[in-house]
Amino acid sequence: MTRKQRRITLIAGALAVLGVATGLVLFALNDSIVFFHSPTELAESHFSPGSRLRIGGLVEAGSVKKGENLAVRFAVTDGNKSVTVAYTGVLPDLFREGQGVIAEGELEPSGLFKADSVLAKHDEKYMPREVADALKKQGHWKDDYAKTPASSKSPSPAKPSPAPAEAAPPATPRASQAAPATSGAAQ
Amino acid sequence: MIPELGHYALVLALALALAQSSVPLIGLRTGDAGLMEVARSSALGQFAFVALSFAALTTSYVISDFSVENVALNSHSAMPLIYKFTSVWGNHEGSMLLWVLILAAFGALVALFGSHVPLALKAAALAVQAWIATAFYLFILLTSNPFARLARPPIEGQDLNPILQDLGLAIHPPLLYLGYVGFSITFSFAVAALLIGRIDAAWARWVRPWTLTAWIFLTLGIAMGSYWAYYELGWGGWWFWDPVENTSLMPWLAGTALLHSAVVMEKREALKVWTILLAILTFSLSLIGTFLVRSGVLTSVHAFATDPTRGVFILAILVIFIGGSLTLFAWRAPMLKQGGLFAPISREGALVFNNLFLTTACATIFVGTLYPLALEALTGDKISVGAPFFDLTFGPLIVPVLIAVPFGPLLAWKRGDLLAAAQRLLFAAALALVALVVTFLLRGKPVLAPLGVALAVFVMAGAPTDIVERIGLFRSTPGVALRRAAGLPRSSWGTAVAHLGLGLTLLGIVGESQWNSERIVAMKAGDTTTVGRYELTFDGLRAHQGPNYREAIATFTVRRDGIDIGTLAPAKRTFPQRQMSTTEAALRAHGLSQLYLSLGEINADGTVAVRAYDKPLVLLIWLGAVVMVIGGGLSLSDRRLRVGAPRRARAKPKSSLQPAE
Repeated sequence: MTRKQRRITLIAGALAVLGVATGLVLFALNDSIVFFHSPTELAESHFSPGSRLRIGGLVEAGSVKKGENLAVRFAVTDGNKSVTVAYTGVLPDLFREGQGVIAEGELEPSGLFKADSVLAKHDEKYMPREVADALKKQGHWKDDYAKTPASSKSPSPAKPSPAPAEAAPPATPRASQAAPATSGAAQ
Repeated sequence: MIPELGHYALVLALALALAQSSVPLIGLRTGDAGLMEVARSSALGQFAFVALSFAALTTSYVISDFSVENVALNSHSAMPLIYKFTSVWGNHEGSMLLWVLILAAFGALVALFGSHVPLALKAAALAVQAWIATAFYLFILLTSNPFARLARPPIEGQDLNPILQDLGLAIHPPLLYLGYVGFSITFSFAVAALLIGRIDAAWARWVRPWTLTAWIFLTLGIAMGSYWAYYELGWGGWWFWDPVENTSLMPWLAGTALLHSAVVMEKREALKVWTILLAILTFSLSLIGTFLVRSGVLTSVHAFATDPTRGVFILAILVIFIGGSLTLFAWRAPMLKQGGLFAPISREGALVFNNLFLTTACATIFVGTLYPLALEALTGDKISVGAPFFDLTFGPLIVPVLIAVPFGPLLAWKRGDLLAAAQRLLFAAALALVALVVTFLLRGKPVLAPLGVALAVFVMAGAPTDIVERIGLFRSTPGVALRRAAGLPRSSWGTAVAHLGLGLTLLGIVGESQWNSERIVAMKAGDTTTVGRYELTFDGLRAHQGPNYREAIATFTVRRDGIDIGTLAPAKRTFPQRQMSTTEAALRAHGLSQLYLSLGEINADGTVAVRAYDKPLVLLIWLGAVVMVIGGGLSLSDRRLRVGAPRRARAKPKSSLQPAE
């Protein structure tokens, strides 16, 4: 083979691999990504039951009801609408009433959201980004959500407290990410 | 006084970096060796000043000087001493200081041990290194000063994020940064080669030890981070395809590709342009990784929004370095001469195959990690791209590489014989087939499992094939074989060991993902539950007071196959200062498998949510990574590549400078 032919073989091979990769990416993006919606969006638009969704907001105060065998129900609100979430399993360490939460699962025809994973931020200072945005959209965002309970005594309130989310160095997976609690029962 | 000293030392380091980034280049232009030599001394001086600065911050932490804002926000006087050290880099400002410390250390190492590198190349490379350093010093000094003082110091600090108060995390970030930043040397040498406009096999020989060093640390860092997440986060996962993890995997994949293409360049002078491009891309991915995490774009939008200067600064550095180096590449790369020819089926061909698939796999991770950001910026839609996406894209792209791994070392340079290689792998293939059948008969259920085990066995059995062949293990007497084995270059051993490690990790991944059994259950004292082969009895809860936390410890009696094997005590810690709790999992290894216990909520009535996992072969995942690192170390210790082997190195380049036909 001449140099030119070899180069053409190489380029053809590379293009073939890239083509396959592009195909896989497009297929996977179509198939396996999950959209995030706020409770208001959930109420306003219609979702075909059975499709996977993520919802997020604050856990409504007084709404957490525990049942038998780690079953739990709670309401997630963005200040405007709220949606009831049913989940079976261990809730994350930082799951608390009044705190931000994200749930992933399916919406049932009855309007109940059946979650198979619940995520709470691993850090009290910041709520999940999607939740913050959803709250802002509804006009319920208060600036002090972003501050820590301790930041009132924080030495320099003018300066944003460094995010412990940032404190996690790269590849310390979950320190900076929400911690999913995956239910064994639901799978 | 101490913090001011540290601050001042950092400013001096910046001044030296400015000199180092310009003077040697003027020397290069005018051919003045004296000016080029400036690179050496300023690199050493820079390191001394950054080290002083880092020592100052560490001192402030150790003596709990809460008048320093950074210390007040991230430390606590009751914290154990070891965590006072580690909290130096457990925050944004401190970790950036660690970053430049490592950058300066690598520069100093090149200055010290690079005596066999031609002066012009070394001067240019150190100058490029100083550009990077300058950008980072400015970033720290202008936007993230770790030495800022407080007018009214608090009496007590706010404590380090409890999740970071762990030994695994003490070692993890420095290892990871050694990896990320180590690739800056390769980058600097690549840009220097483009500036000078000349590159040959000797270049690859000088650069390869640095790439290998960086790769070793990055491998260790990723494995360490994965193990830390596994035992500290309390729900038994070791890899989540989380953006923060992906940003460390991308430079690893590109760096692995670079390691292999540099071999081709060193041996055959082929793939020069591609190797240079990979060197640039690998460090660019490290930069992107550092910054996606540091800027908070991925994790928390307000960190970005509340301090826009930081984000914009970061973006500027990325654009200048990645854009600049790629522009330089586009401009100068066509001037580099083409190297040796090779047939598609050859050692070179196999390494190209490896590179093609590794970089493509890396690209799919890049898309999956950044697509949500791009989509949100463009349409406002919020999506999450999780494990299913990466399983679908990364999986199919990495399997061909794994199948090809045993073939690579068996193919000859220039023109190989695939059939002959396949014949020599018959034994490995037979072993794989046996493994396939045995696993299928023993635990057939998930169809993927026997296939995965077979692939892992093939990779592992194929790894030593080349060595067995070369020393004639089964054809000559053991004595002869042993003598031949001792005579083989260490880099051949390195290849075999690293590939073996890859197979081990793969086997661990297959075992853990296919045969993991889990049980999530609410238990009262006296209750018994089973998971896998284990039977757990919950004995009760007790309270314990730690230095800066309270903890509730649950005790379980564990029986395996009916035999009592002792107790396990997972715990739940509460850190009052930050009002956070962490989960301390309890682990019991049995061979290469692990029993994993962690606690969920503890209710007032004494019931405890318990998560129990039986994870077969899970330890192989990290053991394999350690074996890969040993392989890298063996290769690094090869005479040919040793950093400070001046006699040999001086003799070698002469021959390698000749065109390789």
